[in-house]
Amino acid sequence: MSHLDALEAEAIHIMREVVAEAENPVMLYSIGKDSSVMLHLARKAFYPGKIPFPIMHIDTMWKFSEMIEFRDKTAKELDLDLIVHINPIGKEMGMNPFTHGSSKHTDMMKTQGLKQALDKYEFDVAFGGARRDEEKSRAKERIFSFRTSKHRWDPKNQRPELWNIFNSRKNKGESIRVFPLSNWTELDIWQYIHLEKIPIVPLYLSKKRPVVERDGVLILVDDDRLPLEEGETPMMKSVRFRTLGCYPLSGAVESEATTLPKIIQEMLLTTTSERQGRTIDHDSNASMEKKKQEGYF
Amino acid sequence: MSHISNLIATDIDSYLKSHEEKSLLRFITCGSVDDGKSTLIGRMLYESHMLFDDQLSSLKTDSKKIGTQGEEIDFALLVDGLAAEREQGITIDVAYRFFSTDKRKYIVADTPGHEEYTRNMATGASTADVAIILVDAEQGVLTQTRRHSFIVSMVGVKNVLLAINKLDLVEYSQQVYDDIVSEYREFADSALNLESITPVPISALMGDNVVNKSENTPWFNGQTIMQYLETVEVSNQKALQSFRMPVQWVNRPNSKFRGFSGLIASGEINTGDEVRILPGGNTSHIKSIVTWEGELPKAKVGKSVTITLEDEIDVSRGDIIALSSDPCGEADQFQARILWMNNDAMMPGRQYLLKSSTQSATLTLGKLKHRIDVNTLDHLPAKTLELNEIGVCNISLDKRIAFDSYDDNQTMGGFIIVDRLSNNTVGMGLIDFALRRSENIHWQKMDVSQDSRAEQKSQTPRIIWFTGLSGSGKSSIANILEKKLQSLGKHTITLDGDNIRHGLNRDLGFTEADRVENIRRVGEVAKLMLNSGLICITSFISPFESERAMARSLVSENEFVEVFVDTPLSVCEERDVKGLYAKARSGEIPNFTGISSPFEDPKNPEIRIDTTKISAEEAANQIIEFITKQ
Repeated sequence: MSHLDALEAEAIHIMREVVAEAENPVMLYSIGKDSSVMLHLARKAFYPGKIPFPIMHIDTMWKFSEMIEFRDKTAKELDLDLIVHINPIGKEMGMNPFTHGSSKHTDMMKTQGLKQALDKYEFDVAFGGARRDEEKSRAKERIFSFRTSKHRWDPKNQRPELWNIFNSRKNKGESIRVFPLSNWTELDIWQYIHLEKIPIVPLYLSKKRPVVERDGVLILVDDDRLPLEEGETPMMKSVRFRTLGCYPLSGAVESEATTLPKIIQEMLLTTTSERQGRTIDHDSNASMEKKKQEGYF
Repeated sequence: MSHISNLIATDIDSYLKSHEEKSLLRFITCGSVDDGKSTLIGRMLYESHMLFDDQLSSLKTDSKKIGTQGEEIDFALLVDGLAAEREQGITIDVAYRFFSTDKRKYIVADTPGHEEYTRNMATGASTADVAIILVDAEQGVLTQTRRHSFIVSMVGVKNVLLAINKLDLVEYSQQVYDDIVSEYREFADSALNLESITPVPISALMGDNVVNKSENTPWFNGQTIMQYLETVEVSNQKALQSFRMPVQWVNRPNSKFRGFSGLIASGEINTGDEVRILPGGNTSHIKSIVTWEGELPKAKVGKSVTITLEDEIDVSRGDIIALSSDPCGEADQFQARILWMNNDAMMPGRQYLLKSSTQSATLTLGKLKHRIDVNTLDHLPAKTLELNEIGVCNISLDKRIAFDSYDDNQTMGGFIIVDRLSNNTVGMGLIDFALRRSENIHWQKMDVSQDSRAEQKSQTPRIIWFTGLSGSGKSSIANILEKKLQSLGKHTITLDGDNIRHGLNRDLGFTEADRVENIRRVGEVAKLMLNSGLICITSFISPFESERAMARSLVSENEFVEVFVDTPLSVCEERDVKGLYAKARSGEIPNFTGISSPFEDPKNPEIRIDTTKISAEEAANQIIEFITKQ
């Protein structure tokens, strides 16, 4: 049995445990490559039945337009029960990463938005696509990761997780985040997408796109909401994205990789890690742990 | 190594092809604090080029700022990911790391060395194929080395790499190395159940014998750590074992399809095979093995599948599908090894929940046979298990489950223990064997029943369970209640805390464990009284929610009336009818409820009595009114 077969079987086992024991599970869907893999695994896990839970996207209103297109197309093709949640307070305030700053924007639209939606629909278990190889505090997290009624994570007091027996018991108001891709690496994800021919957002593949360069980061001019600074004109460059989030916060890399094997090749030969393109991690070394404690995925 | 294969640049398709076929090896690094576990993993990631430039530069900054290696890179900072760990320079929780070589992909569980985090170490060990046990050459084999080795062996890891680390600090002395190896082997031979021990002299800090053979140890001819990991044969036992599949979920998308989904725990299955469903023993044949890719003629251990059967028989979550010709056992009483993982000690007699594969049951832990001192491996007498202690005891369940012994089949013999109130995982258990005694004692069916006995007395039997602090007024109210009931022509009996302790429970003291047993016995006696048709009044402090829940669970709904005599501690202490509070305050009475031992308020009692507002007489009337209306 190859390592990918083993990872696939493990993820399917995890998903089925949740469906058997949770009262009201949901799958969080970020439209990224990891979400695409999760969705594919969920289809396999419950075949010939349909995916027995809704899929939820926390929309920040600043996602790439191609992501939203892809989301809606996927939901239609796979007949998904898709929930899209936008934080109404943030929407009212006209929250954006320029005037409010990236960390405020992310907190309001992503973290607070997520907590709002989980409370609103009373979901008791939420699947997330996080992997342990992404970041140091994630490397420490259990597959079934317990949250208090305030959605807080207590890293120093995690339940022991023995064999593949998962303790899903909780009190009312408490919830569990479940990570079926915990043991996958970035390479595993790409290779699986390649082997299983899983559709992904085209932004991962290189194409000539209009970008501007700011503080050494290439930002896509995705729509006319991006305020151009004086003398700034978009240039057409062959670029692609290693991670997808809010377009003003996701840096593009210059690349000629137009196929999956070429992406993988670039990834293996690159010398910087995946999350470097994300401004959010640079604040401080423990920033992800702190955000996670506060309820970020 | 992984990311420097020439194929990546020249022929990515071939590289992907070769990566596709890699197998997976899970291993754990363990050993005492400061033996260098995190340093070793950091070194392996570094040497196998798994570190990116940005990670390396942030590591260099951190090493200078908070590292313990002066100007050198502190590799431990790579894996100690939690803020508290980096501040304290220790590992608290298990971290998972990933890397691959040309032959294999690895998942490493880096586990804490501190004794107080042993439960996190067990988490890492439970999924490991191989263990790397580190020993500090300057320190030799320590208590924690033995503890970790024992746990690793207990959970079924068969192959151990013994890394004698920090050899640079003892001038690469072969003598030091040989002495430690023979000391460890002596320990392992007498205490552990391993198939192989492979010693390697290393310096994780300097990189000696981690990936490449070191020139500093010309006397060493064995494999380096990486060579070992690439070639070690992980016994393929699971594939050879009998077929077992715990049913996770019944897949019923429409009326025509009914499939049983699960991960195959061991062995293999073919369509047409006769299978047995346990517990119970119904048999049928495999009709199809369904996967998203299509139906399979056969499936093996490790695969998640959905099985359909030829016959319409009852199968649900928690059942085990086994090969008919080679089924597992089923029982409700076992001998098991327990590793306790909670700050509150294990309580024999208390009810917990058991989860084994997909089966759940209510679990009562019996008296401990012994505790194992992992330093001396002596069997010591013990009443409870504290955090991180290992013991052997009998367990009984409220229903029969399907099982194999843990040493035969980990999935079928491993279980977790869950606390019913906190919902925490408080213990790990390994089934040794089933106890046959319950099988031969069948429940005697009687023609005279509780109903007929109650009818004869023209009453509805009840257990009226008083709970509250010492001096809250339980016994006074119980006394008046019984007199009133008798005058109404009811047949009653009162079980009183002090009185029972003079007879049935005179062997019990006031430790938490004894209190649990005290209430267990009272619960059982009250049940017999109820069966005889009586209204049974019990008056015990019964401070723990879980014991009250247990007593309640013995009888049917409505038969159990919990009366919480809710008198504030200050009032009880002021009254102090028996002078006990004064003694407890002065330290003369240990474990006194309310003072030095907790009282857990009932969350949903049928009746709550505030004795600061109503008299004992009024309280008794209130109870009579409640049971008459019921």
